[in-house]
Amino acid sequence: MNWPWSSKKEERRTGEERVPIIRMRGIRKVYEKGTVTVEALRGIDLDVDKGQFVAVVGPSGSGKSSLLNLIGCLDTPTEGRYELNGEPVGGLDRDGLAEIRNRRIGFVFQNFNLLPQLSALENVEMPMLFGGVSARQRRQRAQELLEKVGLGDRMTHKPAELSGGQMQRVAVARALAMDPDVILADEPTGNLDTSSGSDVLSLLGQLWEQGSTLVVVTHDMSMAERAPRIVEIRDGLIVHDTGRA
Amino acid sequence: MNRRPLVTWQLFVRTASLQRKRAVLTIAAITWGTVSILLLLAFGQGLKEQLMRGRRGMGENIAVIWPGNTSKVWQGLPTGRPVRLRMEDIDFLRARMPDVEIAGEMTDWSALVTWGTKTLNEPLVASNWQFGEIRNHFAQPGGRFLDALDEAQKRRVVFLGDHLAREIFGKVQPVGKRITINSLPYTVIGVMEHKMQMGSYGPPDENHAVVPITTFAAQMSRQYLNDLVIKVRRPGLMAGALERLRHVLAAKYRFDPADEQAISVWDTVKSSQTMDNLTLGIQLFLGLMGALTLFIGGIGVANIMYAVVKERTREIGVQMALGAKRGWITGPIVMQGLVYTLVGGATGMIISVVLVLLIGLIPTSGNQALEFLGKPQLSWPISVATAVILGMIGTAAGYFPARRAAEVDPAESLRYE
Repeated sequence: MNWPWSSKKEERRTGEERVPIIRMRGIRKVYEKGTVTVEALRGIDLDVDKGQFVAVVGPSGSGKSSLLNLIGCLDTPTEGRYELNGEPVGGLDRDGLAEIRNRRIGFVFQNFNLLPQLSALENVEMPMLFGGVSARQRRQRAQELLEKVGLGDRMTHKPAELSGGQMQRVAVARALAMDPDVILADEPTGNLDTSSGSDVLSLLGQLWEQGSTLVVVTHDMSMAERAPRIVEIRDGLIVHDTGRA
Repeated sequence: MNRRPLVTWQLFVRTASLQRKRAVLTIAAITWGTVSILLLLAFGQGLKEQLMRGRRGMGENIAVIWPGNTSKVWQGLPTGRPVRLRMEDIDFLRARMPDVEIAGEMTDWSALVTWGTKTLNEPLVASNWQFGEIRNHFAQPGGRFLDALDEAQKRRVVFLGDHLAREIFGKVQPVGKRITINSLPYTVIGVMEHKMQMGSYGPPDENHAVVPITTFAAQMSRQYLNDLVIKVRRPGLMAGALERLRHVLAAKYRFDPADEQAISVWDTVKSSQTMDNLTLGIQLFLGLMGALTLFIGGIGVANIMYAVVKERTREIGVQMALGAKRGWITGPIVMQGLVYTLVGGATGMIISVVLVLLIGLIPTSGNQALEFLGKPQLSWPISVATAVILGMIGTAAGYFPARRAAEVDPAESLRYE
């Protein structure tokens, strides 16, 4: 069986030299809105290695969401160089970026962003649909993933029929669908009550223990403290990085 | 990836089911547009065919030639000389123009036609037996038009226009009855089959009586023709035939062949071209009206699709974040526009066909408006043109909103709650 993710598993195991999954150099991001120019990122250098769990913290407006968008290839930097798993991302067109997002990035959003008209199963299948996985394999993998996040009995439910914590677990399953290089989570517990939040947190922790690379943007210090590495951003610059040697 | 269209379809169905009311309204708009364009074009076609039929009523590929007065000096002769065509000119011309059918006409615009105690003032035409074929005088069953023998033997026989026959005889069968025309007895040999006639150079054919020209000339001691009617085999031959006729007559009666007043001509081939252009113009106009109506329907579809895109910007952004390429975003939207248009179009076509069939059931005879308008007719070119217009509108109605959807900035659309 030619699973699109199985080849990457191999690559992960055999990768002897330490190529960082994320390598950013001199990243600047400038937004222009009418006459107002906002410099959200003012020169970011950041390396994230395979299997790392990084929490990005900072006050609102500090540029952490901009950084996450750039890492997730939802946006392109105004200036600077970004390599994802050794490949430069700059210069790709929209479809090229879409392909990277599909195969290399798994997103978990604060407000889940599940498609309301689709069942949990179909939501998890979505990235695989875009990735060209066959219907049978999509279904099988989606079922496995939902079972993995503990929603084996909620597969046919629509998002509206699920609790917040369940929705976020569906979103985590969806993020895992294409076995991405990095899982990016933007305030994943922001819309959840404490107990669902800690469920999701332990799920993410579990993924990390199983070898996933996680970059999580959060206000939540209890979450940030779980991460072995904390990157703190202020005014578009990294002011503190516990992972830097 | 052959499963792609299927999935695109599934995505469409899911979206469409959320918009049921709007979809129904839009489809109705397209249906209305389609019905408009089809009915307008069908009526245009019916009118065109009716006009053609009416034109054919007088005769196909014919021209009428009237003698006049010279307006140019020629070979030492002054202007203002009358040109008078005689009976023998008919054979004179036939000998020189063997490919052209020729008939001469003598007319009495108000002949006294009497049957029993009823006397009417009616137009009388005297002509050759070829007149029937040239001017489409076909006899109703049981009767006949004049023939060569009638002409040769100067028989006193008469062929009646159908309206005239009804006026004189009412419900009595006229064939074989004896009537008097200008106090001379004639036997009715046939009544004209009713025809649609739009052009004429005298009273309509249904009102006149036709007798052999030889009989008439002998009785009334006439030798001059009112006019000549000629018929060519193909429209393309008319110009040449008229040119030749002009030269033959000009040589015989010594006038300048270029003198338009010496003989005047009504060339129905030329005027039917004008008519064709006119009807084409009418059809284009009607088609344009219909297309505009349809276009407005298309704008309705596009409008829905824009609303869909706007409402679903966030979902589109999510799909993009999950790695959907342009085609995944645009495909279902284009398909939605196309499906709405095609469903509306198909419904409109069915309704139009039913309406056209129903209108076809209304009897036209006796109803002047309907007789003039003709019956709406749907034809393949009309249907194909409508289908093409529908397809284009449907594609455009989906394409532009889809393009907007593809331009959604995923980072932007996910930023706001």
